[in-house]
Amino acid sequence: MNGRYVNGRQSVYEYLRQTAIVNPHARITFIDPDGKRHFFDRATDVLPPRTKEIKPHPDGIELGTLMNMAKATKERSLVKFLQNDFNRVSERVAREICSASMLPETTRPSQMTLESCKKLLDGIGQVKIMAPQVDCLSPIGGNLIRKGLKHVLDDVKPEFYAPPVTRDPKVHSGNPFLVEVGIVYGGGLPRDQTVQIYRFANRVPLLYQQGACVITKAIENTDWRRYGLEQRGGSGIPFGPAIILVHVASTKIPFTSEAKEAISSIPQIQEEIELALKACGRHLKTHLNKREQKNKTRAKFEIVQEIIPLMAEKTAGILGKPVPDLRGTITKIMDVVWIDSSVTFEKGRHKVDVTIYNYTPKQQRFSIHTIVPNGCLDEKRCSLAPSEVKDGEKVSWELPRITSTEIYKLSYELSGLDAEAYQDVDLYVSGINPVYVMGADPLPGDWDVEGLNYTESEAAEPEPDPEEAEEEPDYDESGEDLNDDQ
Amino acid sequence: MTTSERNNEAVRRLYAISESIYDQLEQGKIPKMVLPLRTKANIRFDKKSNVWKYGSQKGARSAKKVQGAMMLLRTSYMLELIRDMINNNRSSTLREAYYISEGWGKAKFHSQDESNMLAEDLEIVTQCLREDFKLRPEEDGARVIGDLNIVETDRKGKRKALNCRDDVGDSGYGIPYNVEKEKVELVSTSAKFVIAIETGGMFDRLVENGFDESEDAILVHLKGQPARSTRRFIKRLNDEMNLPVVVFTDGDPWSFRIYASVAYGAIKTAHLSEYLATPSAEFIGITASDIEAYDLPTDKLTDMDVRALNAELKDPRFNTGYWRTEIETMLKLGKKAEQQALAKYGLDYVTSTYLPEKLSHLGIMRK
Repeated sequence: MNGRYVNGRQSVYEYLRQTAIVNPHARITFIDPDGKRHFFDRATDVLPPRTKEIKPHPDGIELGTLMNMAKATKERSLVKFLQNDFNRVSERVAREICSASMLPETTRPSQMTLESCKKLLDGIGQVKIMAPQVDCLSPIGGNLIRKGLKHVLDDVKPEFYAPPVTRDPKVHSGNPFLVEVGIVYGGGLPRDQTVQIYRFANRVPLLYQQGACVITKAIENTDWRRYGLEQRGGSGIPFGPAIILVHVASTKIPFTSEAKEAISSIPQIQEEIELALKACGRHLKTHLNKREQKNKTRAKFEIVQEIIPLMAEKTAGILGKPVPDLRGTITKIMDVVWIDSSVTFEKGRHKVDVTIYNYTPKQQRFSIHTIVPNGCLDEKRCSLAPSEVKDGEKVSWELPRITSTEIYKLSYELSGLDAEAYQDVDLYVSGINPVYVMGADPLPGDWDVEGLNYTESEAAEPEPDPEEAEEEPDYDESGEDLNDDQ
Repeated sequence: MTTSERNNEAVRRLYAISESIYDQLEQGKIPKMVLPLRTKANIRFDKKSNVWKYGSQKGARSAKKVQGAMMLLRTSYMLELIRDMINNNRSSTLREAYYISEGWGKAKFHSQDESNMLAEDLEIVTQCLREDFKLRPEEDGARVIGDLNIVETDRKGKRKALNCRDDVGDSGYGIPYNVEKEKVELVSTSAKFVIAIETGGMFDRLVENGFDESEDAILVHLKGQPARSTRRFIKRLNDEMNLPVVVFTDGDPWSFRIYASVAYGAIKTAHLSEYLATPSAEFIGITASDIEAYDLPTDKLTDMDVRALNAELKDPRFNTGYWRTEIETMLKLGKKAEQQALAKYGLDYVTSTYLPEKLSHLGIMRK
């Protein structure tokens, strides 16, 4: 047999690369025809648990299959047949099905006619049957999807790995299945192209027939504009720097053909994929919102930290006057307390630096709170002793008074965690009107710290500057092209 | 005012801007600079001068936004640059100004658009011309051919009389960036009208066909969207030599805008419309109706073309019966045509048939 070795999206290399993502327990070495050695190391030493064999689940089973099963069963009564030859059917459920089908429980399965099989099928549809157990399937799991993606995509340095979503198992034609979705965003991924779709069926990459696959249909059917990706008219494959990974695990994957290149459009499967995509898309949107907020703040920060001082220096120099005190201008532009945080990981320890800038015209005194993985906080290594550590994870600090335009730095350390286990710092504040705070949320009501809860009496919205109210529109926002030429 | 007086006045007005920024900072305010909005929604027809100028809507460049803050910062750097050039009797091109900003650290321009924009903003705020700031555009190279006698003062201060047909080569007289009286004097002409042409190809066609001599015309090459000096030169021909002006362009949405900036004033330079626009200039084509009437070879309108046409429907300058019909016809046809498409009927067709038909219709030529 002759063949041609190709590179690119449908290549041996790509197949192995994607295999490595969803099989993070495997170590793959590939020597290509040029003798170049590609090595995908394993990202975990834990093997996925062995799957368990199960009987068919009655939900959505096909009539033909049902008739064949009825013919072949060793059971001599319908109720026993249902109870012993199917998954998740207890005696009680079997009886319910019989009465819903209006068939006697003692019906001999081997003598069931087409007519009574249809009735039975109808009855099955009316009875609520427990979803099949997971252990017959081999889901990858959120953590390992993230690990696998990180491991293989290291070179594109994506900006964000959305927490992957693993749905509960559902059933199509009596076969349990479940859907997992992961989204990777930003970094070195191309911005001006459609997103890359990684499709997997039972941990096997599907490289061909993308257009015919239910995974693609589900992606096209989702309005990605709501989750921060570009999409013309709200359908079709979205554009943007993203990879969407979809894994369908099932005891029987309904492929479109023997070649096993694409999954057919079974409504139940498509619905599950869409739900998983939306759940994962929400994570992406949250991240993008946060990022936008940060960028906006950074821009303001640049204005007050760099541009305004330069402007003051320059004009003072030209006019031969002293450099003016800029506090008034700076606090007018910002008028927030800005809280920024960064995490560094070194020698098995996470060091978190929190910087608090008081860019309001007044002094501020408030408390800051965060949640850390249980028992990991190294209290001796906090720059300020926490005022409270609750349940080993809820940490609070009462900050000292911070005067207008002053900067306060707080740091703490965590030990005994994986590098990936702690990346985003969620900060909360209390004792200050959250409207004036950027980079931290108000303390949630269920935090349950006495005396720290934010009181409504201070919650007045900041008064609009009367000067600002009658202001001209911003010059740069007309957004209109002034050029008459092309 | 003499040139040096104008320069000093410009510096004085620029100082006032820096002073205002300083005062706002000292009073603890957010510095801003207020100037007319430069949008098509804010241009108004000025009955006195028959051109379109900025209306009364104001916008603020405020330090609240990075872009605005940067522009305010750059204003002070620009002031220093201009002051130093005036003191040392130097000048720079707009492009050089952009490169000079390399040494401004954080304040440097990221594109020449930014520096050009600031120069225009400063013109508007100070009501000076960029020449007063010692800033000049790149040599544009637009050309003129026709029986026109001028006296140009060259870079050595020598006055040179020349005829724009007999004393120049086939490429014509190159319009300098400064076409004011102190530089170029218009003396006399036998021409009966000025024809401003969008493309170089058509300009050369009319030259080769001897259109300037046979029809007593002055040919001006617009070179796409015309530079300020080209528009000013056309306006002076119209004002001082009493010559009617016609504009001959491609038949596409962008050409409509070329005509608009010659006749009505451009949105971008509406603060100078009175000085640059020739309100009596007539558009002769290629019109949308020409495409059908002359059965011209066409191209399909691109998405961008369609967008441009729709934008023109909202442009107050095009809010006349004539332009509405033209724009809507073109949208309906979904087609555009180049001037040179007239070559379908032979190289002489444009000078022997098309232009005479059009010009006699306007009463400029009798055939």
